[in-house]
Amino acid sequence: MTYLLTQTLNGLFSAALLFLIASGLTLAFGVMRIVNIAHGSFYMLGVYVAYTVILRTGSLLLGALAAMAVVGAIGLLMQRVFLRRFGADPLPQMMMTMGFALLFRDAALMIWGGDPFTLPYPGWLRGSMEAGEVVFPSYRLFVILVAALVGVGLWAVNEKTLIGARLRATVDDPEMAAATGINVARLSGLVFAAGAALAAFGGVMGGPILGGYAGIDFDLLPLAFVVVIVGGMGSLKGALVGSIVVGMIDNFGKALVPELSYFTLFAPMVLVLAFKPTGLYGRA
Amino acid sequence: MTLLAVDGLHTYYGESHVLQGVTFTADAGTVTAVLGRNGVGKTTLCRSLAGLTPARRGRVTLDGADITRLPPHRIHALGISLVPQGRHIFPSLTVHENLAIAARAGRVSRRGDGGSSRGPADGWDLDEAFAVFPRLAERAGNRGNELSGGEQQMLAIARALVARPLLLVMDEPTEGLAPALVAEVAAVIGRLRDRGTSILLAEQNAAFAVTVADAVHVMSRGTVVLSTDPVTLWNNEDVKTQLLGVPPARQARHET
Repeated sequence: MTYLLTQTLNGLFSAALLFLIASGLTLAFGVMRIVNIAHGSFYMLGVYVAYTVILRTGSLLLGALAAMAVVGAIGLLMQRVFLRRFGADPLPQMMMTMGFALLFRDAALMIWGGDPFTLPYPGWLRGSMEAGEVVFPSYRLFVILVAALVGVGLWAVNEKTLIGARLRATVDDPEMAAATGINVARLSGLVFAAGAALAAFGGVMGGPILGGYAGIDFDLLPLAFVVVIVGGMGSLKGALVGSIVVGMIDNFGKALVPELSYFTLFAPMVLVLAFKPTGLYGRA
Repeated sequence: MTLLAVDGLHTYYGESHVLQGVTFTADAGTVTAVLGRNGVGKTTLCRSLAGLTPARRGRVTLDGADITRLPPHRIHALGISLVPQGRHIFPSLTVHENLAIAARAGRVSRRGDGGSSRGPADGWDLDEAFAVFPRLAERAGNRGNELSGGEQQMLAIARALVARPLLLVMDEPTEGLAPALVAEVAAVIGRLRDRGTSILLAEQNAAFAVTVADAVHVMSRGTVVLSTDPVTLWNNEDVKTQLLGVPPARQARHET
């Protein structure tokens, strides 16, 4: 029982990180139909930028803010200068994001070198919480809580504000959205930048546990894609449910049958694709 | 006064040359109908006017401003609102949100002379829209995909009007509607015309269009082949049978 609870909490921690990454990926796809291979790179760059700033200033908060600002700006430039040229042509867009992903990784190697590192914790989150038999690191609980708050915030923006309504309109019907006065190009840039910043924030949150290294981008990207495909591309609710499903399966799979961890991860994706090709909450 | 001037418009879908030099004008405060059989280019014309399928050659001016190759959201801001064929209500938005994202507070002249080029802006705010279509008010919290076809058509019209457009472009607003709803759409268009809203109506249903239009333009194979008034058009049996697909008036002959 203790084991089960601990593993569930670990699964939720994975789900929290995955949600921070996948929510931006799914929104970018929903609005722009972009399959962004460089989305894992945003996470990686987030860890690196935060690392640099934290080393210089000693402030975790500054590190997080800088990571989000820098990576958000990179995302904005990438979308406004390069990706928008292809309109809604998925293949060249995807190839270009692939190119960016490789470029970001080499740039990271050049700037930060190849040594892995971990980000520091805030002091007040060291140690563990105990509830009876279950002992769980405070920091992981904190990340789960933060991701939940981000989820609530995204939901509120998406469902309760005018810009959220414009976003959903653009996901529903980009052409009619434009004919209803929505500047789809500007909205796309904004969503792409916000998604990049969110992934960078995920990097800062995951940094103390998963650390930073050149290669973490492509370690996380497949997981993020499984989340988005299971949940349904373009759906925020799908990203949430997908994150929890994938976080749990990945965690229990690795704990119970480690030799089958890729099978347990991709099997649900294949099943979902076979029975509901648009994903759990996706639309055609 | 000329509100919309379309001059030698050529529009392509890829290699397909759909509009082959469309020329006509529409006056402010009137209902201008564009008629013709299926496939003559009416929808492409509407899409070109709204900026969704930009014209390759030719010129569109709205209230003196050249809007030919502007992006759709700019054209919307300058005063063309589209009620598209198939209605295209945003399914995941509520009725209220469908209207709110399109709403525009007011409109000023773009002629740069400081004053407004016409009277108060046409169109409604959300309260007016709900007053005219009480059914939409009842369903304000429902999502677009929960509406009936008739409700969707009313919402599409309301969504276009809350933008306070200079020109309302309606593409086949009666398509797929039951006769009672066609009558309701006709009543709405009549009411809008009475208050001076300018409307461009693309319709295959000529019998419906001539009852609400002030001027008609008949399209065939991507050009306007006849511009006249509705009464003259309706008395021209050749045009009706050949260009509009209206069956010959056999009934009338039997009676005489």
